[in-house]
Amino acid sequence: MAPEDTAPTTPILTVQDLGVEFFVDGEWFPAAVDVSYQVCPGEVLAIVGESGSGKTQSSMSLIGLLPRNGRASGSARLGDRELIGLTHKQLSRVRGNEVAVIFQEPMTALNPVYTVGFQIVETLRTHLDIGPKAAKARAVELLRMVDIPDPAKSVDKYPHQLSGGQRQRAMIAQALACDPKLLIADEPTTALDVTVQAEILKLMRDLRTRIDAGIVLITHDMGVVADLADRVIVMKNGRIVEAGTVEGIFNDPQHEYTRQLLDAVPHLGKAVEVPNPAGEVAADRPAATAEPRAAVVPDVTDEPALVAEKLVIEYPARGRVPAFRAVDEVDLTIGRGEVVGLVGESGSGKTTVGRAVVGLLPVAGGALRINGQDMTGISSKDLRELRNHVSIVFQDPGSSLNPRLPIGESIGEPLKLHKVAKGADLDRRVEALLDQVHLSRTMRNRYPHELSGGQRQRVGIARALALSPKVLVADEPTSALDVSVQAKVLDLFQELQREHGFACLFISHDLAVVELLSSRIAVMHKGKLVEQGHRDQILRAPTHPYTRRLLAAVPVPDPAEQKIRREERDRLLEEELVRTGVHKAGA
Amino acid sequence: MSAPTPQTPDTSTHHDPVENVENAIELKEVEGLSQGRIVLRRFVRHRGAMVAAFALVSIVLLATTSIGWGPIPGWWKHSFTSLNPVVNPGGAPTISFEGGLSFGEHPFGQDNVGKDVFALVMRGTQQSLLVMFIIGLLASTIGIVMGSLAGYFRGRLDNLLMRFTDMVITIPIIMVGAILGAMVGGASPVGLAVALSFVTWTSMARLVRGEFLSLREREFVDAARVAGASHGRIMFKHMLPNAVGVIIVNATLLMASAILLETALSYLGFGINFPDVSLGNLINQYQTAFSTRPWLFWWPGLFIVAIALCVNFIGDGLRDAFDPRQRRIPSRRSMSKKG
Repeated sequence: MAPEDTAPTTPILTVQDLGVEFFVDGEWFPAAVDVSYQVCPGEVLAIVGESGSGKTQSSMSLIGLLPRNGRASGSARLGDRELIGLTHKQLSRVRGNEVAVIFQEPMTALNPVYTVGFQIVETLRTHLDIGPKAAKARAVELLRMVDIPDPAKSVDKYPHQLSGGQRQRAMIAQALACDPKLLIADEPTTALDVTVQAEILKLMRDLRTRIDAGIVLITHDMGVVADLADRVIVMKNGRIVEAGTVEGIFNDPQHEYTRQLLDAVPHLGKAVEVPNPAGEVAADRPAATAEPRAAVVPDVTDEPALVAEKLVIEYPARGRVPAFRAVDEVDLTIGRGEVVGLVGESGSGKTTVGRAVVGLLPVAGGALRINGQDMTGISSKDLRELRNHVSIVFQDPGSSLNPRLPIGESIGEPLKLHKVAKGADLDRRVEALLDQVHLSRTMRNRYPHELSGGQRQRVGIARALALSPKVLVADEPTSALDVSVQAKVLDLFQELQREHGFACLFISHDLAVVELLSSRIAVMHKGKLVEQGHRDQILRAPTHPYTRRLLAAVPVPDPAEQKIRREERDRLLEEELVRTGVHKAGA
Repeated sequence: MSAPTPQTPDTSTHHDPVENVENAIELKEVEGLSQGRIVLRRFVRHRGAMVAAFALVSIVLLATTSIGWGPIPGWWKHSFTSLNPVVNPGGAPTISFEGGLSFGEHPFGQDNVGKDVFALVMRGTQQSLLVMFIIGLLASTIGIVMGSLAGYFRGRLDNLLMRFTDMVITIPIIMVGAILGAMVGGASPVGLAVALSFVTWTSMARLVRGEFLSLREREFVDAARVAGASHGRIMFKHMLPNAVGVIIVNATLLMASAILLETALSYLGFGINFPDVSLGNLINQYQTAFSTRPWLFWWPGLFIVAIALCVNFIGDGLRDAFDPRQRRIPSRRSMSKKG
């Protein structure tokens, strides 16, 4: 399957000196410069880079999907037809027919008021001379090809009736409708949970052997690259800094930036001495010997920082919609100064736990004690008092900072409200906090929109630390950030944790990040805590099948290791399919 | 800053090249500008709104300086109450454009007893503008308080306030205005404005409630709550500034409808009454003279239309300026010029 033996296949896409520019404030601003590459049939070319590196815009310019203030120059030849400079009419014949796109967000890329079948049929009938019945039959066939359960029925379903993974499959089916020569996949799995991502990656691997198309995979996830790609292009600031085969890039990166990028990726299994991809070590193996470097030795003499006993959290009934039990009988303890990672996929209730800990959601049943304070039916006075000791770092720093307040004021707010400091003293404290998160003091008068994502999250952390909390909830603090920025923020977080010694509930869907930071890991699935234990025990010898599936689904940024993991993952997926009885029909 | 130790604070700004170039294009569009500056810049670009703002300011200046305001005397020779000898036959306007512009003694003409129409219209404009600004401020305030309480606390308070709002909406505004105006208002424009404010706040309340309902789900509100902020602080320090766009836009549109409402009431005889004048009651007074002395009718009408149009245009401009989704796409010509 690896065509890097430079077989004399003619490339289907040849991009030469492609440039993309945007007209901003009376100036042309380059987004991509001198981009050149080739894609052969049956080959997966990954374009890797951080946000703003021009990877998406350079690919979208191939089919004329630039915003109105953008323009492309240079040359991109599909077969022997020039794509740059085509008129709108000529382009619409190419789009969907010869070049198809898989977008990042299947919910927004599919039209919610039409059935998926209708949308596939529409694509077919726009480009091919085909009757409605034949088109529908072809749509069912396409849905079967992408492993959607019961394709004959699913063809009449609306996007909201499908799960996230199924929607992405439907979109892939639509993209494949006209047997495109080139498939552009723009972050196809970023919006998906890690277990669903594994399924989609498996599907794409299967497909590349079945269809004879070249695939351009745009992603920032090195694990996905290692799983799928044959060749890799690394882009930075609109330029290609390195190109090569996937083995070459991962094992022997030449450019400084590529090395930085690879180093920044948290690698699942790195913190455990012997990485075991299969996760099949005998369960009786003693739990870790080495104390994880991130954690401070828990202070056992005191009352734990957080105790949850049979904790139940419900979203109350609304009208005829019954109450929804988001968290069901969860037992969890966090000692003083201990970092516990809480993992699970979206909808598993992990964020709900975090919000209950800081008192943003009421406890519906069981017990939750924070710092010795019972949270069940807590009075607003006690809650105010408690908030001296707990705080939270939110997932999206863009929305968790008030856009109308300068960041200095945001950071100082907890201090001011709890009457810890004011006036000149407050100024000093705010400056000290800015120093701690490595932000310049001159930034205190800036507004959030003037900062980059990483800087904003530092502000979020500074605000959370303002009162020197005893318990900190970190709700996916790095999932909205680029890898290299994420690495810096995580470093900072570890440093601050060592310094301040707060207990921390670290919520994340990324096992590699959790592994880096926490001493214990708890796994949530559908509102229940399915497994918890020492980090090494969870990562090496998971007992619950869900944990095992979760672990196997994480792609590792190492092509050789990922190959072993992939086989293990596929085996687990098969098992799961057999177990749940939704084994694909007609396979 | 009163920091005692200014220890090289600038070193950490440039430690991170990756972060600095990230979103370079996006940052370029907003670099170093506060939200207020961005809004101002967008507003200044809106040609219609700028012309309207200029025109409105001119009208306000003309109305206040010409016949004076309260005890301060103006530069115009006649007052709106004095009776003067009729100059032109029938009191026709003395303004003429033959041989250059000349105003004459009574540029807008005179009525049948010799009152100067220019002075009358200026007085009417003053009163109408006064009513407009008071309604704009007071009705907005009531609407903001109602809307923010309902949107923030939701639940029963929301139901109560919104049903009350619905009730106020169902009552014909002219009727309530007429009764309240006659009871409280009488001849004083301030009383009338206050009375009308109590029936015109409803649209503002509904809009602010909607805005608060969406704002309260934003994470920075949760962040403020965790920081220990009280309800009042969250509402007025955190949420209200973020709703200011909606509020300002709605307030200007409210003013535009207020001036028309005042005019309508005065025209019907319920608003400002003789001997004081407003634009609406000028039209009312002179409607019978329309065929013989049309200028008595046209001048106040012209000012009503001008003021209402100006305020509406300004509101439009503000709405465009506050809407972040309104990205200016440069024209093809300006792009190719630079190319």
